[in-house]
Amino acid sequence: MNLDAFWIILTGALVAICCSLLGCFLILRRMAMVGDAISHAVLPGIVLAFLFSGSREVWTMLLGAALLGVACTFLIEFFHKKANVPADASIGVTFTWLFALGIILISVYAGQVDLDQDCVLYGEIAYVPLDIWITPSGLNLGPRTVWIIGGVLVVLLLFIGLFYKQLYLTSFDPAFAAAIGISTTLWYYLLMGAVSLTTVAAFESVGAILVVALMVGPPATAYLLTDDLKKMLLISAGLGTLASAGGFYLALWLNGSVAGAISVVIGLQFLLVFVFSPSHGLVSRRRKPALSAQG
Amino acid sequence: MSTLWDFLSMSDANVRYVTIGSVLLAASSAVVGCFTVLRKRALVGDAVAHAVLPGVCLAFMLTGEKNPLILLLGSFLTGWLSLVVIDVITAKSRIKEDTAIGLVLSVFFGIGILLLTSIQHSGNENQSGLDKFLFGSAAALVGQDLITFGAVAVLLLLSVLLLYKEFKLLSFDLAYARTIGLPVRGLELLLTTLTVLAVVVGIQSVGVVLMSAMLITPAAAARFWTDRLGIMIVLAAVMSAFCGVAGAFVSFTAPAMPTGPWIVMLLSLLAIFSFILAPKKGLLARYLLQRRLRRQMTRENILKTLFHLGEEKGAYEGSYSRAQILERRQQPLLRMKNALHTLRRQGLVKESPSGWALTPTGKKEAQRIVRLHRLWELYLTQYLQVASDHVHEDAESIEHVLTPELEKRLEELLDFPTADPHHSSIPQQP
Repeated sequence: MNLDAFWIILTGALVAICCSLLGCFLILRRMAMVGDAISHAVLPGIVLAFLFSGSREVWTMLLGAALLGVACTFLIEFFHKKANVPADASIGVTFTWLFALGIILISVYAGQVDLDQDCVLYGEIAYVPLDIWITPSGLNLGPRTVWIIGGVLVVLLLFIGLFYKQLYLTSFDPAFAAAIGISTTLWYYLLMGAVSLTTVAAFESVGAILVVALMVGPPATAYLLTDDLKKMLLISAGLGTLASAGGFYLALWLNGSVAGAISVVIGLQFLLVFVFSPSHGLVSRRRKPALSAQG
Repeated sequence: MSTLWDFLSMSDANVRYVTIGSVLLAASSAVVGCFTVLRKRALVGDAVAHAVLPGVCLAFMLTGEKNPLILLLGSFLTGWLSLVVIDVITAKSRIKEDTAIGLVLSVFFGIGILLLTSIQHSGNENQSGLDKFLFGSAAALVGQDLITFGAVAVLLLLSVLLLYKEFKLLSFDLAYARTIGLPVRGLELLLTTLTVLAVVVGIQSVGVVLMSAMLITPAAAARFWTDRLGIMIVLAAVMSAFCGVAGAFVSFTAPAMPTGPWIVMLLSLLAIFSFILAPKKGLLARYLLQRRLRRQMTRENILKTLFHLGEEKGAYEGSYSRAQILERRQQPLLRMKNALHTLRRQGLVKESPSGWALTPTGKKEAQRIVRLHRLWELYLTQYLQVASDHVHEDAESIEHVLTPELEKRLEELLDFPTADPHHSSIPQQP
C-alpha cells in the first residue's frame, strides 16, 4: 500500500465514522431523508461563503454551509408545522429549492467560483493526497482534508460523548426528555448543526451522495444487528471504515469513482446483513416461527 | 421587450424545442406528482431519479451505443427496481421507510457513478453525453427528444384521464377502493409505473437532484389553493407549464443560465408564495383567522366580566375602571385596551370618567355569553356526571363557539333550567 492509498482510505474512514455516528441518531429519529436534504442544501452556503471570502478558506465555507444546513432544517420544520405542508413534501420542496439556488449561483459566478457540479454530487476523494498542508516552516503535515475531517471527528466525538444522555433521550423518548427538563428543540437543532458541519467537511472530498450513503447505510445495517445504541454506534463506525477500504480497492479494480465504489460496498454490506443477520435477518425471521412451533 | 417578443414568436428552432420540451415535461410530471404527494410518497420520486443512473450506464455497457430508446428502457428498469427494493426492505425488516429510501437512493446512485466513471475512464469515444442524465440539459433538447417527451406526456395524461376516478379513490380512500373490488395492487403498480416513466423522461432535462422537485413542488403548491382533486391537477399542470416557459425564457436571455434549475427555482418560489399567502389554507390566512378569534374571545370575556360585576350589585349600568376589570379577570393590558375600544365602536360599552359600562345592547350580548356558559356547566354536571367544581374551565372555552341551534337543543335537553350548578341564575333569552 503506497502513501496515497493510505491517505485516501484514511480520509474515507474518517468521513465514514463521522457520518455513521450521526446517522445512527438520524435513522432512529426517522429523519434519514432530512440528512439527505441537508447534504444537498449546503451547496448554496458553500458557494456564498466562496463568494464572500473569495477563496477556498476552510472556516468560512464550513460556517456558510453549516448555517444553510440549519436554515434548511428550520425551513422544513416551518413549512411542515406552521403551513401544514406534509412532512415529506416539505423536505422535497426545500432541498430542491436550495440546491437549484446553489446551481444557479455557480452558473452566475462561474468565473469566480472554482466548483463544478460533478464534484458537488460525487466529489473526488482521489485528489485528497494532492492538497498537502505545508506549514510556513516547510513541514509537510499531510493532506489538508484529513486534518479538517479529523477535527470535525474530534468535535463530534466530544459532542456525542459529553451529551450522550441528552441525545439518547431526545431520540427515543422526547416526552420523557421534555419532562426532566431537556429541551428537545435545542438538541434537535444541535444535531442538525452537527449533520451540516459533517456534510460540509465531507462534501469536497466525497460529494453529497456518499455523505447520504454513509449516513444511512452503515447505521441501517447496524440497526439490523443490535438493539443497543452504544453497540449500534460502534458497529456502524466499523462498517463505515471497512466500506471505505473495500470501496477504494473496488474503485481501483474497476477504474471508477471511489465515492461510488464505497456506496456499492455499503449496499453489499446491507444486503448481507439484511439476509443473514442472526437477530433481524430474512433467514432468521423465517426460521423463528418454525422453532417456536417445535418448542 | 423585444427579447420577450423574439422569445414568444419562437422563430428560433432551438428556442421552440427547449420551450415546448420544458412545458411538456413540467406539465406531465406535475400531473403525476399530484398523486405522489397525496399518497404521501413525495420522496419516492427522488429515489427513482437517482436510481435511473445505473440503468443508463448498464444499457450503454451492454449495447455500446447511445440509442435513446435502449437507454430509456435501462433507466426505466432500474428506476422500477429501486421502488421494489424499497418496498421489500420496509416489508421484510424493521427498517423504516425513510431509511430505506435514503439507502436505496444513495446505493443505486453510487453504483451508477461507479459505472459511469468506469465507462468514462475506459476511453470509449461514444460515451460523451451520458452525464447528461446527471445534471440534465434542457438547452440540448433536439427534435427527437421532443417526440419522446410528447409521446410520454400524452401517455401519462391519457392514463390519468381514463383512470381518474380509480386513482382518486386510491389516493384518498384505499380501504373503500378495496371494498368495492378495485384491483388496488394493479392500480398502485400502474401509478408507480407512470411515476417512474415521468422521472425517466424528465431527468434528461433537469437532472437527478431536481427531478423530484418537478414532481412534488407544483403539487404541494396547488394543494393550498383548492380541495378538489381535478382543480388541483389542472392548477399544478398550469403552474408547472408557466414555470417551464419562464425558465426557458431566462436561459434564452442569459445563455449561461441553466434552464432546469431556473424552472425549479421559479416553481419553489411559487410554492412558498402559496404556502404563505393562499386564501384559507395559507399561513397568513390562518394566522389572521386565529387572531380574529382570539380578539373576539377577549371582547366577549370583557363583556362577561362587566356583567358579573353588575350581577353582584344587582344593577348593570354601573361603570368600572380598568383596574376593577383586571382584578376580576387577569389579562394583557394592551389587548384589553384594544378590545374595549372595539367594543365602544360596536356600541356595546360606553366610556365615562369613572370607567366603562355596558350599554343595553352590550348587556344583552353579555347575557347571551353568560347563559351559554352556565347552560354548558349544567349540561356537564347533569349528563356527563362531571363534578361541579370541574366544569368551569371547559365552559370558559366552549361559550365562545356554541351556536344558537346548539343553545336551543341544550335548553330543551335540560328542560329550560333557571339555575346553574353553582346556584347562579341563568339569564333568560331577552
